[in-house]
Amino acid sequence: MKTSVFLGVLAASGLTAGIASAQSETLQEVQDRGTLNCGVSTGLTGFSSPNSNGEWEGFDVAVCRAVAGAVLGDPQAVEFVPTTGQTRFTALSSGEIDILARNTTWTFSRDNDLKFEFTGVNYYDGQGFIIPKDLGVSSAKELDGATVCIQTGTTTELNLADYFRSNNMEYEPVPIETNAEAQQQYLAGACDVYTTDASGLAATRATFEDPSAHVILPEIISKEPLGPLVRHGDNEWGDIVRWTLNALIAAEEYGVTSANVQDMASATGDNPEVNRLLGTEGDLGAMIGLDADWAVQAILAGGNYGEIFERNIGETTPVGLARGLNAQWTDGGLLYAPPFR
Amino acid sequence: MSAIPDQPARDKFQLSQLIYDTRYRSLTIQIFAFILLAIALFWLGRNTVINLAALGKDFDFGFLGQRAGYDINQSLIPYSSASSHGRAALVGILNTMLVAALGCTLALVVGTIAGVLRLSNNWLVAKIMTVYVETFRNVPVLLWIIAFFAILNESTPSPRDFGENGDASLLFGSIAITNRGVYIPRPTPLDGASWAVWVLVAIVVVSIAAIIVYRGYARRQQQSTGRILPVFRVSLALFFVPAVIAFFLLGMPLSLDYPELGGFNFQGGIMMRNSLIALWLALSLYTGAFIAEIVRGGILSVSKGQTEAAFALGLRPSRTMNLVILPQALRVIIPPLISQFLNLTKNSSLAIAVGYMDVRSTLGGITINQTGRELEGMLLLGLFYLVLSLIISAGMNFYNSSIKLKER
Repeated sequence: MKTSVFLGVLAASGLTAGIASAQSETLQEVQDRGTLNCGVSTGLTGFSSPNSNGEWEGFDVAVCRAVAGAVLGDPQAVEFVPTTGQTRFTALSSGEIDILARNTTWTFSRDNDLKFEFTGVNYYDGQGFIIPKDLGVSSAKELDGATVCIQTGTTTELNLADYFRSNNMEYEPVPIETNAEAQQQYLAGACDVYTTDASGLAATRATFEDPSAHVILPEIISKEPLGPLVRHGDNEWGDIVRWTLNALIAAEEYGVTSANVQDMASATGDNPEVNRLLGTEGDLGAMIGLDADWAVQAILAGGNYGEIFERNIGETTPVGLARGLNAQWTDGGLLYAPPFR
Repeated sequence: MSAIPDQPARDKFQLSQLIYDTRYRSLTIQIFAFILLAIALFWLGRNTVINLAALGKDFDFGFLGQRAGYDINQSLIPYSSASSHGRAALVGILNTMLVAALGCTLALVVGTIAGVLRLSNNWLVAKIMTVYVETFRNVPVLLWIIAFFAILNESTPSPRDFGENGDASLLFGSIAITNRGVYIPRPTPLDGASWAVWVLVAIVVVSIAAIIVYRGYARRQQQSTGRILPVFRVSLALFFVPAVIAFFLLGMPLSLDYPELGGFNFQGGIMMRNSLIALWLALSLYTGAFIAEIVRGGILSVSKGQTEAAFALGLRPSRTMNLVILPQALRVIIPPLISQFLNLTKNSSLAIAVGYMDVRSTLGGITINQTGRELEGMLLLGLFYLVLSLIISAGMNFYNSSIKLKER
């Protein structure tokens, strides 16, 4: 009897410790802690994966580092928490992580029913299929009867069901927990096709022994706007993440790079928008509870949006993605940062 | 210094008696502990409610009626992505029960054989069984599941290898072992011959009844005259001979639907997915190792004098085992066996590791993920495993009480 009471109290106190953090001010907590807890994927080349030194790097990781730069002044002060498609939302809503940057699709129900705040889009994506070239398939419409590997707990799972249903085709889903497992199953031939976001397919193909033996089918069957997200209930924290992302995008538009940002921030320049962004004019930083040079620190963390893109997933990398929809609006893309004023 | 007065007043109750009087002390402790437990539970519940409210979430099981939207590869009942989350959970529940039933059966068979053979006088057989038991029960079951799955995936040909350019061929011309699953021929009634199939089924049922009657007759014969009738061979004959004769007399109403390569996969036949096979074998062999030890312990618990007495009466070793040792050993074996069955059932929730769609993967995985109802989903999941475990142990306890030593 006594032991069970003791255990009950232990469990209860453990739970309260875990949940209580969800109520307090996230920014205050992050600054007190000195590190940012950032949820990423368990490993997707180019987006978030540990390098040979065990340091996380990638396109999604860069968002975390930029936020850590803006909030803590130190892009290295990030604690990365690998999450699967199934564990990511629980990790965020329980307060285990402060921000989730894990190629997560912005949908109505995730925003409203799961109570999350999407802070923007850092990659406009769509769901595609990859298939071995020697199967001779050139269109997703020819996939009737195929065995399809799919990451479980994702929007792609639902899109896949809808796509095959609306095209009156049969398929056999093979549910898989992580990208690495999916890759292994696909290469072993346990499934004919692997489907996920087209960017993820490109990233996965880049790690194959012979990438040219696999084709990504031309059909893109869904809209997948991927972006970082935070919990409902702390709007200030959501604003910080949103405007850090916007700062990276705006920096590219105005030609601010990690190489010249310190020069430009040292004195008031000619472009008032850049001045306000870099804190040499006005007090935008104070409005979101940060230092005046918050955007400078964010850009220093890994460069502007374009630099991050080129370094991690751009055409010179093994992933080799073109900017496409993810170009600045001035170049015909969808990236359009609201004015800093 | 003692707090108990030298002359305790009989009619006067003092508060200190609650602590120092052994008549009341245990009651005090129990009440105190109960209050603490109640406070802890209340605290836990209140915390949940407050924090759910803080997150803006309510507590609602309405999601079970909503459209699930995802597909499940193995379902024993009709299911499509247009079905509800509740039905998806039911599909998962049936898949869990399927692998649990298959697993418990095979584990019992493997465990019993291995347990008996470990006591064998044959040195090699006994040592092989020791190696089996020690390797399987000392490595986590999750690793076994993944290992079996990897072996099935990596060492078997993919369906396209069965094509014109491939080098794989069907086993016995009818069984396709692929890296997606094993396809076996499916017996299907010929057109317009479904009545004949029912006749066949009826004959098999009658055969089984005849076997039971014959066994009872053989036992009575032995008890009254001491003559031992052959039971096993006659049972086999009773089972197969009428059915086979009827099958040919009825003009072979069943045909086999062979798996054939069509499109991406084999079509036709019955498909056993590799995920199911891997999970089934790994769970069975893992739990079988524990059962082997339980069986061995049960047999060793019967004193050697029993064996010697049976031998002295002229019983052969196999009859000694079946008639003298095992009936007594069962009383020791059954109670821990129940726990092993429960363990196997609960361990089947590791199915997601190989993508087997059990209830943990459907209700506890995809549904929770798509609807965000973690608390509700996990409570339902816990409730299901609790109920299933209680049913299994109730059944086994019933069996246990029917075989235990009858004391008159």
